[in-house]
Amino acid sequence: MSKPVKAALGEPAGVAPSDADDAFLSVRDLRIHFNTDDGLVKSVDGVSFDVRRGKTLGIVGESGSGKSVTSLGVMGLHRSANAKVSGEVWLDGQELIAADPDEVRRLRGRKMAMIFQDPLSAMHPYYTVGQQIVEAYRVHHDVSKKVAKQRAVEMLDRVGIPEPNKRVDGYPHEFSGGMRQRAMIAMALVNNPELLIADEPTTALDVTVQAQILDLIRDLQKEFGSAVIMITHDLGVVAEMADDLLVMYGGRCVERGPAESVFSEPRHPYTWGLLGSMPRLDREETDRLIPIKGSPPSLINLPEGCAFNPRCPYADIPKDNVTRTVRPELTEVGGRHWAACHMTQEQRQRIWTEEIAPKL
Amino acid sequence: MSENPKDAAVTTPAQSAGAQLTKDAGPGDVLLKVTGLQKHFPIRKGLLQRQVGAVRAVDGLDFEVRAGETLGVVGESGCGKSTMGRLITRLLEPTAGTVEFQGKDITHLDAGGMRPMRRDVQMIFQDPYSSLNPRHTVGTIVGAPFRLQGVQPEGGVKKEVQRILSVVGLNPEHYNRYPHEFSGGQRQRIGIARALALNPKLVVADEPVSALDVSIQAQVVNLLDDLQQELGLTYVIIAHDLSVVRHVSDRIAVMYLGKIVELADRESLYKAPMHPYTKALMSAVPIPDPKRRGVKSERILLKGDVPSPISPPSGCRFHTRCWKATEICRTTEPALVELKPGQRVACHHPENFEDQAPQETVLLSAAKEAAELVPEAVLEESAETSAAVAAEVSEPPQEVSDPPEDVSEPPRDTDDK
Ligand SMILES: Nc1ncnc2c1ncn2[C@@H]1O[C@H](COP(=O)(O)OP(=O)(O)OP(=O)(O)O)[C@@H](O)[C@H]1O
Ligand SMILES: Nc1ncnc2c1ncn2[C@@H]1O[C@H](COP(=O)(O)OP(=O)(O)O)[C@@H](O)[C@H]1O
Ligand code: SF4
Ligand code: SF4
Ligand SMILES: [Mg+2]
Ligand SMILES: [Mg+2]
Repeated sequence: MSKPVKAALGEPAGVAPSDADDAFLSVRDLRIHFNTDDGLVKSVDGVSFDVRRGKTLGIVGESGSGKSVTSLGVMGLHRSANAKVSGEVWLDGQELIAADPDEVRRLRGRKMAMIFQDPLSAMHPYYTVGQQIVEAYRVHHDVSKKVAKQRAVEMLDRVGIPEPNKRVDGYPHEFSGGMRQRAMIAMALVNNPELLIADEPTTALDVTVQAQILDLIRDLQKEFGSAVIMITHDLGVVAEMADDLLVMYGGRCVERGPAESVFSEPRHPYTWGLLGSMPRLDREETDRLIPIKGSPPSLINLPEGCAFNPRCPYADIPKDNVTRTVRPELTEVGGRHWAACHMTQEQRQRIWTEEIAPKL
Repeated sequence: MSENPKDAAVTTPAQSAGAQLTKDAGPGDVLLKVTGLQKHFPIRKGLLQRQVGAVRAVDGLDFEVRAGETLGVVGESGCGKSTMGRLITRLLEPTAGTVEFQGKDITHLDAGGMRPMRRDVQMIFQDPYSSLNPRHTVGTIVGAPFRLQGVQPEGGVKKEVQRILSVVGLNPEHYNRYPHEFSGGQRQRIGIARALALNPKLVVADEPVSALDVSIQAQVVNLLDDLQQELGLTYVIIAHDLSVVRHVSDRIAVMYLGKIVELADRESLYKAPMHPYTKALMSAVPIPDPKRRGVKSERILLKGDVPSPISPPSGCRFHTRCWKATEICRTTEPALVELKPGQRVACHHPENFEDQAPQETVLLSAAKEAAELVPEAVLEESAETSAAVAAEVSEPPQEVSDPPEDVSEPPRDTDDK
């Protein structure tokens, strides 16, 4: 396998340059398109980001915006006949899109692992939880079943399952939702992956269980220094977990940057909309929420120009109808902070301080 | 969501909690009253289908809903919220207890007797996808209540349906379209239109926005709000999202394992929750502000999972996970009593209030374990109202007196299951 060189940052169109050369995971201009009976679905259409070791990238966006497809793409799980994948995925210096599928399979589960929203879909109903963790471990470690089972018990204990040496012989359906999620985390972490992708890991859980699981992921990350991608539609969860934030809309990244600045100085009208739509416990209650009008776009017929334009209250601000004809590229709007919108810096700044911030 | 939620919420004792109870159907009067409501689902086994137990989904609820208000109901999955909703709309037969609507006992009305009631009480369901028949047009769906009730509106059903569609923000021209042609938010509007068709008095909405994207949730929440103002509706809104519930409700009931553990007006509940479970629940909500990250000092982690409603814990159902639990909590069920005007709580050692069982000074061992997951600051607050917690907290990092006790017990994993 020839060794290509990671694209210089900011080179291909649509790529947001990054900050860190020490990125553990670098995704460059990732595109994943599906051929369907209805037409070409551009689920991910030019997304770039970096994640460093020990850090967490949060990906937020509405359902269907391409979050899950992005993460499955990184894991190399889109090799079906109807999927077209392009771009680069660099994991610890190794490019994966062009790599041999067997090689990527070897990395999966060892170097990178994934936690899903629905643990039942990731666990086999006919095998005990222990058997499944043992299997995951033995794929990458040449040890006896006995040793592997010991490891499984250890992991279940680590994720806070009571009486792990009994529970290890239980079936997934005998576990409660929260315990299943813990068991799946145990399985994902059994090989100490350096990259952990969590796709809506707590969406199906109650808040009190969610708090337990987020706490667990945070602790484990601290312990192993893994890079984490946390996919969610809950801005509260990302605020709590993420160092960096990527906002997706219609298969593209519309804003990304350090979580602190994206929350305190969001620069894209869609991000404003998300923040305004959400009632918040930490603020005095507002009389009214500020919804985003309309509904999310179809990825088959994305609106021309800026995909957000039919829903954007500011679509007429940029001159010459450019919003409806030209797709805005990501531009730097602050330190390591990027947004894709045709408005000028001054226009955005004015709208944010005068119209949006006071109402949030 | 009342006319002026702020004014209504910050009340002096004289104005609060059902002060004006007797007039007929005016705003603030009791519209719905529930007493001792229970629903036990039998568990059957074997050839003879003998009953071997019961899921105590709803296990003794007392509350009332006042005309024009929004009562929010929160609690974790499986605590009985939906069952409660289906009981008060009489979609389910209660095992025990009564439901009164406008002063009339409707608990045991048969289908015929319920018929006039069906106009007044309507339900909106969680899932905008499965709650609409895919083979029926929007016109048929929203018009169904007229047909079922034999109501002939002025100007005809079609005209009335189109009017309602525009009320909920749908295009009247969509009359002949099918549900699959609409987005989630639009489908939820169709469900709302159907519920509003006969101009009901009470609308019970079970998770009306939780299947929707955030941006769409806000549209539906605002719509419910507008409709309440315009039509003087009374709502019971069931949701697990505490931020949404705070936004929409005037008063809030917190449920745990089939019981209401706290019932209070919004302001009091969020500013000074009195039930430890309410406090834990609220502290668990992630706050969308990265600057507050690491301020872990407020988060209360609960031990283990919610116990099974088939054999709920004795006494206070929360005692297996509560950091304040003492012997009385294990043996005696606390009643839901109004400790502050407008705030009812079922707890022996409430937060933000005087201890109801100060003679209890020894924590259960489960409570000691639970306390390990509770931040210092919270423990100290709790100590102010619980002699038992105070005893633990004030205990200096003990030298010799009692190490054996703590060591003899494994620190974790003693979930009694
Ligand atoms: N028809 C039924 N037969 C047996 N058990 C039932 C039935 N309906 C509900 N239950 C049980 O009753 C309890 C309460 O259920 P309910 O649907 O009211 O919960 P909920 O609070 O609405 O939860 P969620 O937030 O998940 O919707 C649960 O343990 C549930 O499994
Ligand atoms: N295997 C597939 N074939 C065709 N379309 C797909 C496939 N997987 C996902 N999609 C489409 O890609 C879009 C993005 O999906 P996804 O990434 O799952 O969204 P989310 O942001 O909710 O995770 C959706 O329109 C979805 O229907
Ligand atoms: S480019 Fe135009 S439509 Fe898109 S977000 Fe900016 S102002 Fe709105
Ligand atoms: S202090 Fe006792 S009564 Fe109050 S919630 Fe805890 S266990 Fe229940
Ligand atoms: Mg997804
Ligand atoms: Mg429910």
